[in-house]
Amino acid sequence: MNIIVYIKQTFDTEAKIVLDGSGKIDANGVNLIINPYDEFAIEEGIRLKEKLGGDVTVVSMGGARAQEAIRTALAMGVDKAVLVSDPALENADEWTNAEVLAKAVSQLPYDIILAGRIAIDDGASQIGVRLAEILNVPSISSILKLDIDGTQATATREIDGGTEVIEVSLPAVLTAQKGLNEPRYPSVAGIMKAKKKPLKTITLADLGMSAGDIAPKMNVDKYSLPVARQAGRVIPGEAAQAAQELARLLREEAKVL
Amino acid sequence: MAKGIFIIVEQRDLQIRKVSLELLSQGRKIADETGETLVAVVLGNGIEGLAQTLAAAGADKVILIDDAKLADYTTGAYTSVLNKLIRKEEPQAVLMGNTAIGKDLTPRLAHRLGVGLASDCTGMEKDEKSFLTFKRPIYAGKAFEYLSSNVRPILATIRPNTFKAEDPDASRQAEIVKEAADIDAADLRAILKEVAIAASKRPDLTEANIIVSGGRGMKGPENYVILEELADVIGAAVGASRAAVDSGWKEHKFQVGQTGKTVAPTLYIACGISGAIQHLAGMGSSKFIVCINKDPEANIFNVADYGIVGDLFEVVPLLTQEFKKLVNE
Repeated sequence: MNIIVYIKQTFDTEAKIVLDGSGKIDANGVNLIINPYDEFAIEEGIRLKEKLGGDVTVVSMGGARAQEAIRTALAMGVDKAVLVSDPALENADEWTNAEVLAKAVSQLPYDIILAGRIAIDDGASQIGVRLAEILNVPSISSILKLDIDGTQATATREIDGGTEVIEVSLPAVLTAQKGLNEPRYPSVAGIMKAKKKPLKTITLADLGMSAGDIAPKMNVDKYSLPVARQAGRVIPGEAAQAAQELARLLREEAKVL
Repeated sequence: MAKGIFIIVEQRDLQIRKVSLELLSQGRKIADETGETLVAVVLGNGIEGLAQTLAAAGADKVILIDDAKLADYTTGAYTSVLNKLIRKEEPQAVLMGNTAIGKDLTPRLAHRLGVGLASDCTGMEKDEKSFLTFKRPIYAGKAFEYLSSNVRPILATIRPNTFKAEDPDASRQAEIVKEAADIDAADLRAILKEVAIAASKRPDLTEANIIVSGGRGMKGPENYVILEELADVIGAAVGASRAAVDSGWKEHKFQVGQTGKTVAPTLYIACGISGAIQHLAGMGSSKFIVCINKDPEANIFNVADYGIVGDLFEVVPLLTQEFKKLVNE
C-alpha cells in the first residue's frame, strides 16, 4: 500500500502572535511544530503500513525550516519525504497550495492520502478536500476511525452533533480529527534512522510549474491583532452573595440572561 | 449587473440551521444596500415546505433542489448539483455556514469552480471595489486576516453566531424556483452507511448562545453534572478545556481552544479554567466572559468581564439557584 501523508509545519500552540514592520505575521523566534492534526495523519499512515505493508511518504510545502517537521515524521516511522520549497509560494492561497501539492502527489504512486483536518495556523481546512477534487478521488473529512479492507475504506467522521460512517473506494483522501489515534513519540533509534532517510527538496520548476500558473485567487489585504480584552471586575462577598450579584449583573448590566 | 447573493441553506430533518437564518438576515442587509437579489438555495428531499420560512427570513428567491439522492448530505452529490447551478446562475457571492457540512462541501465546490474560499469568517463587509471583504481569525483568533477576491463568484463560510438572525417577516413573499438535481455518476462514489446523532437536549457547542465550560478545576468527570445543571437552566451548551479533555474527563468534541472548537457565544462561563493562551484563543471573541476560579491570580481573570474568586463546587450550585429565580420571574 502506497500511503501519502500531507503535513504542514505550524507555530507552536503556545506561540504569541506579533506583526512585523510591514504588518505581516512575524515568524521570528517562534517555536515551530508539526500541525497537531497532521500528527494523527502520520500515526494513522504508519499504523496502516505496519498492518498492510507498503510505505509512507510525507509531502510538505514550506521553507528550509520545514525540514525539522519532516525529520520528526521520519523519526516516527515515515519512510521518505518530499518538500516543495519555492519563494514563489510565499503568497500562496489554498487554491495555489492545493494545485502545487496535487502536482507533487501525482508524481508518486498512491492508494491513500492522509492529512490533518485543519491547520492550526490559517485554520482554513481546505487543502485536503481541494487535493481530492484535483486528483478526482473521493474524500472523507474529519475522521475518527478508519478501516481498510482491500480497496475499500470505511471511516467514521465527525459531524455537528454526532458521527456518520462513509465508505469509499481507494484511492481517497482522508483528513484526521483528534481522537483517530494517539500519535507515538519518535524513539531514539527512530531519530537516528531518520537522518538517513531520503528527503527530496523540489521547486516549482521541478514540478513543471511557474509562478504564473499559480496566481492566488484570494488577496490578503491586511492583518490585525485582536483588541486586548480588559480585565473586568471581581465580584466580592461570600459565595451566596457573589452568585446573587453575578446573576443580577448578567441580567441588568450585561443583558445576556 | 446584479446577479445575486446565494445563501446555501442547511437543513437537517427539515429543520433549517440557525446559521443559515443568520446569513439570510445579514444577506438581506447587503442585498438592500447593493441592489442585489438574495437567493436561498436548499438541497434535500421533501423540502418544499421550507420555502415560506426562507422567504420570511429575507430571501427574494428560493431555489429548491428536491431529490431522493439529496436526502442526506454527501460531498459528491451536493458538489455536483451546486457547481452546475452556480455556473448557470453566476451569482456574485455564495455564502454558507462554517458547519461540518460547510467545511466539507465548500473547498471541493470552490476548486471545481476554480475560485478561492474565505473560510470560517467572523466578519463580512460590503466593499465598493471587491463587493465583499471578509475578516477571519487565524492562529485560532490570536490574529485576524482580511480577505478579498476579484474572482467570481466569491465563496465564503461564516462562523455561526457571527450575525444575528432577525425575527421572521411572515408577510414577505419570494419567487420559488425548482431545479432538477443533475448529479454526475462520478460524484456518487462515497456511500453514506450510517448517521448517528447523539441524543442531546443541549445546543451544539459552535452554535450555542451560552456556553458553560469546565477545566482542570472540575477534578473529575463525575463533577460535570453541576455544570450540566447550570447549563440546562439557561439553555446553554457544555464545554471543556484541553486539560479536562486530555485527562479523559470529556470527549474531544467538547473541547474549546486552539486544538478544539473555536466559539463565540454571547456568554461564556469558565469554571475552574486557568486561561491558557490556547484556550483563550478558542473563546476570546465571546461577547461576555464570566469566570469562577479559586486562584485570584489565574489568567482567566484578565479577560473576564465578571469573575468570582471562590470554590466552584460551592459557587456553581448557588448560581444555578439564582439563574432559576431569574428564569422563573
